[in-house]
Amino acid sequence: MKKEYKLLQGNEACVEGALMAGVSFFGGYPITPSTEIAESLASRLPLTGGKFIQMEDEIGSIAAVLGASLTGAKAMTATSGPGFSLMQELIGFACITEIPCVIVNVQRLGPSTGGPTSPAQGDMLQARWGTHGDHNLIALCPTSIEETFYHTIKCFNLAEEYMVPVILLMDEVIGHMRERIKIPDQKELMIINRQQPSMPPEEYLPYRADERGVAVLANFGKGYRYHVTGLIHDETGFPTNDPKETSKLIRRINYKIENAKDKLLDFQKDNTEDAELIIFAYGSTARSALRSAHEAREQGMKVGTFIPKTIWPFPEKAIFELAEKVKTIMVCEMNLGQLVYEVERAVKGKARVELLSKASGELITPKDIMKKVVEVYN
Amino acid sequence: MESRQKNRYEIRLAGMGGQGLILAGIILAEAATIFDGKNAVQSQSYGPESRGGASRAEVIISPEDVEIDYPKVTTPDMLLVMSREAMERYGHELKPDGIIIIDSTYVHKPEKATGKIISIPVTELTKEKFGKTIVANIVALGIIVEITGIVSKDSLEKAVIKRVPRGTEELNKSALELGYFLAREKMNTIN
Repeated sequence: MKKEYKLLQGNEACVEGALMAGVSFFGGYPITPSTEIAESLASRLPLTGGKFIQMEDEIGSIAAVLGASLTGAKAMTATSGPGFSLMQELIGFACITEIPCVIVNVQRLGPSTGGPTSPAQGDMLQARWGTHGDHNLIALCPTSIEETFYHTIKCFNLAEEYMVPVILLMDEVIGHMRERIKIPDQKELMIINRQQPSMPPEEYLPYRADERGVAVLANFGKGYRYHVTGLIHDETGFPTNDPKETSKLIRRINYKIENAKDKLLDFQKDNTEDAELIIFAYGSTARSALRSAHEAREQGMKVGTFIPKTIWPFPEKAIFELAEKVKTIMVCEMNLGQLVYEVERAVKGKARVELLSKASGELITPKDIMKKVVEVYN
Repeated sequence: MESRQKNRYEIRLAGMGGQGLILAGIILAEAATIFDGKNAVQSQSYGPESRGGASRAEVIISPEDVEIDYPKVTTPDMLLVMSREAMERYGHELKPDGIIIIDSTYVHKPEKATGKIISIPVTELTKEKFGKTIVANIVALGIIVEITGIVSKDSLEKAVIKRVPRGTEELNKSALELGYFLAREKMNTIN
């Protein structure tokens, strides 16, 4: 049967993606501009046998999500800056205990209460470094409604595959705008479910990682008893002070992501072959960048675009390769400069790095970008 | 029309929170995508208040196979203004051959406007006919579509029925008819 288009908001597409991936638990505290995700899942989840719970705040929300996930549920929450800040401590807990979960952050202007209805991309570094200590996680950033749908599914897949929190970094523009989308049948999609131990309970060690360095956590309630703690732990899951075990754990939870980098990275390069200048942009800003690059080409300027879809881990190798070929990489972001530091680090001085930043609660326009392109092209 | 305009028709609906402009934008975009088979992007800008603050909805309509990159309106082809503040803020931002539809219930002196000005007391006439102003947004949609033909009337009606509360279908259909009528009447007096 020919699929028909739907007109969906980014937040609605996120819900469709989550349901397609098999979400069975949502714990959250509604906050603009992510509210439609909670609203919609509150009515949809009970129909699929799932659970929706509105908690007292965002700390309770992420705690409920992690508890649900330990029982084997595909669990998620959705929030914005203020709530994302409150969740940071337990994101670290999820990293060290290797509890998979999906956290959607529909970014608004911050800091603090900031601009609830205004778009921003101010939580890009917080997503990576908001919680303390050496940890690693995955963050994706969609540029359209269709991509929001597919990225949400990917977030669940990656969380379950790598036993790690995965963050979907949307922004108010992507969350609230509406575009057409054809929702595929579930059987056309790859859905990854959590691996379970193959040995009997008496031989089971929860943190004896597989060959990829990923823990195999049995769903609670299935006869496998084990201990879960935010303290440094050994393979049994119980706390340890042993320096060797400490180093082993810290390295493992970091390198299981680092080592999978090539598989995790996703980016879009357009017209980079002969480009003199590359516009680096992500999320809704990428849409303006595509338009500007097109206009610049019409005016005879060799401009290409690099749009990272995986933000963390960061695609530094791909950027270094570009830097060797182009004169300038121009970073456009709705903040005072965040991923520009990562780009500078990746470029290693091989190209000039310029920044176009905007933190007025408005989307960067193609006009803003063109002005800067003309300024820095030569 | 130039090729670029044909590939990207930009509509801005500007007024106050509570006038149903965001809903009107969604209806227009659904008429274009779901029922007319075109491509469209709809977005909005609004304040933290649910009523009274400035509110703006935008719709960009393209042919089916044309991707829409930048999702916001830069210079509209069609502008609807339903408040004095919206008039002051957006009245001068229009394509040279653009159309501006002004609800003269709120905006009496459109001195700053450019483009082709069509002034109709939409809200006042809605109240006169239906005894309430709640469907003024639907009346405005009727006016827009009668004048621009940007979506078919059939698709517009289907999109309205899809979005309005059950039991209000007839009221909303009548609101569309009023919009078509007001637009035709106005065009006749202009021509």
